[in-house]
Amino acid sequence: MAFSLPALPYDTSALAAQGMCQETLELHHGKHHNAYVTALNGLIESKGLAGKSLEQIVAEAGKAGADGAPVLNQAGQHWNHILFWQVMSPKGGGDKLPGTLAAKIDQDLGGLAQFKEAFKQAGVTQFGSGWAWLIVGADGKLKVTKTPNGANPISTGEGTPILGVDVWEHAYYLDFRNVRPNYLDNFLNKLVDWEVVETLLKNGGLKSGQSA
Amino acid sequence: MPMPMSRRTALFGGAALAAVFATPRAWGQAAPPPSGPFTLPALPYAPNANEPHIDAQTMEIHHGRHHAAYVANLNAAVKDHSQVAAMPIEQILAKLGEMPEAIRTALRNNGGGHANHTMFWGVMGGKGGTPSGELAEAVTRDLGGLDKLKADFNGAGARVFGSGWVFVTVDRAGKLALASRPNQDTPLMDGGRVLFGNDVWEHAYYLKYQNRRPAYLEAWWNVVDWEKVATRYAAAKAGTLTV
Ligand SMILES: [Fe+2]
Ligand SMILES: [Fe+2]
Repeated sequence: MAFSLPALPYDTSALAAQGMCQETLELHHGKHHNAYVTALNGLIESKGLAGKSLEQIVAEAGKAGADGAPVLNQAGQHWNHILFWQVMSPKGGGDKLPGTLAAKIDQDLGGLAQFKEAFKQAGVTQFGSGWAWLIVGADGKLKVTKTPNGANPISTGEGTPILGVDVWEHAYYLDFRNVRPNYLDNFLNKLVDWEVVETLLKNGGLKSGQSA
Repeated sequence: MPMPMSRRTALFGGAALAAVFATPRAWGQAAPPPSGPFTLPALPYAPNANEPHIDAQTMEIHHGRHHAAYVANLNAAVKDHSQVAAMPIEQILAKLGEMPEAIRTALRNNGGGHANHTMFWGVMGGKGGTPSGELAEAVTRDLGGLDKLKADFNGAGARVFGSGWVFVTVDRAGKLALASRPNQDTPLMDGGRVLFGNDVWEHAYYLKYQNRRPAYLEAWWNVVDWEKVATRYAAAKAGTLTV
């Protein structure tokens, strides 16, 4: 088997009214994400990845440290973008969260406003390229964190992501130029599909279904 | 008797013109009011000077927003550290390990960003072509000639995963070497000197080249000012090159 670029769960123009234009989605999905998939497939044989799941590859590459970087860059980015497309929706945004997720955010993170502020801060302070995350940690509690480049909380062993936002400049430069904080506000207030996040919380995270 | 109008105009015009030339002209977004020892240098050319290879809008945002933010954040970091604030940026970067831990990361990211971009503006604005004289000899001797340098430099730039820079470094003996660094790191942090370098953060090329970093790396050579690079080379050998 090989890795494949999953179709977007919505049209490339579907998020334009919510701050993510068609060109951004076309490039981000069709060029950037696709390039990670192609590069990862090119590593299957030389890095002995055959038969492994994407999640297993990401975890092992993370444990391997610097030696694992070439694989993690591509495998992590493949996994990260699969999650990213899923957690956005044309009907996303708003402050009405499903019950289980809302209660957990209240309990673990001090409420939605505090969570949003922490998540935005994580994204703003991830210097260079990377991701900000909402994860379920080893202790079962929600936690906000961030990772550089292609890493993620699976590769760092920090926990299970249930929401992630791409803060590579390619994710927002056409729509927001240098103003990353506005992109993050827009993501939280207009793009996140909280129903999907609730489902990921209940299901123990995303299963990509992809393997080498 | 009043001065003839034409003469007055000529005098006034001449003075005004001189003032324009005497004052470094700040293109694009004005720098924020000085709030510390570090200042955003004016672009040494108009924002459209590197068209069509680098578009004016990219230059304006890159200089007036990105670089300006590094300067502002650097000033904020040294605000309560007067000894650090008094140091030249290249010394701060060379001695990062000795800097106060509380501001070390801010100095690395924003100080590196300030030094890198100051160098970057200073080696562009040209018409490409080829280096000459002693610099050309060094390129041939140490980097296999200009064609090989371009291929190796573009390859190294393409391989930077995420944000970063690709550089040619120069030592006191005039020896050149290729280097790449992540984010805003720079060979200055290892006590080295940068002859020139190219920014491969996506903000440097996304508006014009989108995901096509290799096309940007290729096109960038058309705006290199080899005379300015030669001046930097001479300064490096004289021990006077800073950032
Ligand atoms: Fe991305
Ligand atoms: Fe830059």
